Amino acid sequence: MKNDLPRWVDMGLIPLLNVTAAFLVSGLVVLFIGENPIQAVQEMVFGALGYGEGFGFTLYYTTNFIFTGLAVAVAFHAGLFNIGGEGQAYIAGLGVALVCLSLGETFPWWLTFPVAIIGAGLFGAAWALIPAWLQATRGSHIVITTIMFNFIAASLMVYLLVNVLKVPGSMEPATARFADGGTLPFLRDIIPAFGYSPANISIFWALGCCVFVYILIWRTRLGYEMRTFGFSQSAAVYAGISPTKIIVVTMLISGALAGMMALNEVMGQAQKLQDNFVAGYGFVGIAVALMGRSHPVGIVLAALLFGILYQGGAELAFAMPAISRDMIVVIQGLVILFAGALEHMFRPSLIKLFTRSEPVLAPAE
Amino acid sequence: MTTPAQTSPRAIELIGINKRFGPVHANKDINLSVGQGSIHGIIGENGAGKSTLMSIIYGFYQADSGEMRIKGQPITVKDSQAAISAGIGMVHQHFMLVENFTVLENIILGAEGGAVLAGAIGKARNDLKHLEEEYQLDVDPDAIIEDLPVGLQQRVEILKALYRGADILILDEPTGVLTPAEADHLFRILEQLKAQGKTIILITHKLREIMAITDTVSVMRRGEMVATVTTAQTSLAELAELMVGRSVLLNVEKTPATPGDVLLEVEDLTVRDERGVMMVDNVSLNVRAGEIVGIAGVAGNGQSELLEAISGIFPALSGRVLLKGVPIHVTGGADPALLREKGMAHVPEDRHHMGLVLPFEQNENAILGYQVRKPYVNGPFLDLAAMREDANEKIKKYDIRPPNCRLKTANFSGGNQQKIVLAREMEQDPDVLIIGQPTRGVDIGAIEFIHKRIIEMRDAGKAILLVSVELDEIRSLADRVLVMFAGRVVGECAPDTPEGEIGMLMAGIERSEAAE
Repeated sequence: MKNDLPRWVDMGLIPLLNVTAAFLVSGLVVLFIGENPIQAVQEMVFGALGYGEGFGFTLYYTTNFIFTGLAVAVAFHAGLFNIGGEGQAYIAGLGVALVCLSLGETFPWWLTFPVAIIGAGLFGAAWALIPAWLQATRGSHIVITTIMFNFIAASLMVYLLVNVLKVPGSMEPATARFADGGTLPFLRDIIPAFGYSPANISIFWALGCCVFVYILIWRTRLGYEMRTFGFSQSAAVYAGISPTKIIVVTMLISGALAGMMALNEVMGQAQKLQDNFVAGYGFVGIAVALMGRSHPVGIVLAALLFGILYQGGAELAFAMPAISRDMIVVIQGLVILFAGALEHMFRPSLIKLFTRSEPVLAPAE
Repeated sequence: MTTPAQTSPRAIELIGINKRFGPVHANKDINLSVGQGSIHGIIGENGAGKSTLMSIIYGFYQADSGEMRIKGQPITVKDSQAAISAGIGMVHQHFMLVENFTVLENIILGAEGGAVLAGAIGKARNDLKHLEEEYQLDVDPDAIIEDLPVGLQQRVEILKALYRGADILILDEPTGVLTPAEADHLFRILEQLKAQGKTIILITHKLREIMAITDTVSVMRRGEMVATVTTAQTSLAELAELMVGRSVLLNVEKTPATPGDVLLEVEDLTVRDERGVMMVDNVSLNVRAGEIVGIAGVAGNGQSELLEAISGIFPALSGRVLLKGVPIHVTGGADPALLREKGMAHVPEDRHHMGLVLPFEQNENAILGYQVRKPYVNGPFLDLAAMREDANEKIKKYDIRPPNCRLKTANFSGGNQQKIVLAREMEQDPDVLIIGQPTRGVDIGAIEFIHKRIIEMRDAGKAILLVSVELDEIRSLADRVLVMFAGRVVGECAPDTPEGEIGMLMAGIERSEAAE
């Protein structure tokens, strides 16, 4: 294999180089609009990590990215590119809201939460099922169908929120606020230092899902079959692995994981189902999965980085008015560009550097 | 052993070529000198460094040190463009042709000489006519490549090199895909080229070809050029010994078969491929316990499809297959998992895409297809400890090197990869074993081991269906030989039938015609 790099280079050095490159280019952008990039970085880091409330926000964003990143990663392992996390999470919000609205009045949160997890998983998975089925039986490409389903989800949810779920008399396309039993405890309820940040206990569920994904991919027969299919479809068929089954099951798991994001947003932060609550987190999940090398540990780290960018960026726009909200989006875009689209930019030269040892021919025995 | 007299002027000389890939010294101080207008063979086991050396000549790699001379002039070849302008042409093992272009379009590809094609095409048509007359390389310039048989496609590759003004022609394993008749024709073309003063370097692992056509031959072993001899003064046995550094058995020792019950029965099997082309046409055969049935044929005559249909990978159109007397559902696509359960193991022809998942660790590949069996799984979970222990046992028993079950499969050599597949399929103790191309791309040392294991399986009472494009292999292993041509079984013969007679069948010439 020509692209065989030492693990630490592949998992550590390349992401680090990508991020550094993104920051250098961002620094030039900041310089160009006449601000001090060093000061901007300080503002950003302090805003994201320097004090309790800021860190709380960072964790809250991180939670979303872990879920959507895991969703993309699981599909990657089976060679599938699920870019429908956006729509799957959106529809999952409906599942969470239905559970919270119906159970929240009568049961405590710790009884509602497991049911909401199931609701999020089922609705998210259901939204992934049709593209998966079309891919498996008709060969309709999953990239096309999942992205189409994002639009269908958005339209469907707007229809439901405006015509069915909206509180009568309200101007806001949102459900009623959930009763206490339908909301998740905030981290600030346990650690007051988190201030008014919306970080909530769904982050522990996110970490739990990381463990689940690790075990699934590397310790179970299903994960073995998914990886076999992902690397070589003909080897999978040879090994008696049904492509239909793997495509459908993988996408169900992926959709369910994307759906978990709704727990943080709907049950945790907003405590009601709102229009467009997914807000691009599903797409950022693709960059998170790429940067985290589809490994749960990498995904946690990449999700944290994007959490820092989101929170730190917001603070930066506030502290340095010359750097507008749009500039922040540019910086985030640069990171996504370098970590995602240009992911392989440094690879060839690193391969040259590290694999002088690489035999093109098998070593003589 | 003699060094050929260096009387004729040298077409190409390599002096002290070294190439390292990290710790692997792929080319160690290589000296090579090929006389103008001669045919020079280079042989060696897989991984001996032949391809690396040719890649250096053709400019794919740069040598770490050493010098190259063309007609006495020192030259640096920094890319294939430079090689072409130095008069070096290469015919790759896998043809570099655009399948839906015409012959003419392929020939001018990369030498269009401008944005408007009309001029180049006209010139090429003219030049091509001269080339064809000069070397008797007849090809219809307006034929579409994919409509041509492989033998003619190869001719187009040769023409392409000559059109670019090649004086030195390198052919990498040129006969791998040819029928014996096509190979003979190729050799006649090479003789013709030689007579016109072209220099030819022929890379092959087929000793017979070296003996038949070359003037001089160099042997490579472990990155070193161990000998250069005049072909007329050497022998098959000497070359084989030079290649591996010890004597190898070219003939497999085996006792006569004692066939038992029929374990695998194929009746009127017909397979059409995705395009609807008839690939297997009404084939019937049976394999008994304790015998090896070999299927000979030139690649692409339906053997692959036959194996895939029997092993449940590709659905058959019609016909029946009985495994131990029980029909298996081949027309809807039998489930390979179910067939394994019923005692059929399959060593697929294409180990890179089917038999192995190259990025997997060796121990992960050692359970491919058996990932449902104990002790590898415990409920839904993989038992990593059991997988590794089992993998290590197989590594020991099959002498798989390097002995590291955590190593990525892609990092094993071809022979060791094949042993990984064989160990997996044989150690599950199947009753019926389907084997495709057991030694393709495998070095001689491993071939010997693999052949022994196959015979052992037969002697243990397994029914073995063997497909190979290596006629020698079929003849030395099989107890009965079936020949496939154009999807049909065109003949059955004993393994000691003369090669020429089997070759006729392989080329689709009926026995009655041949007798005339």
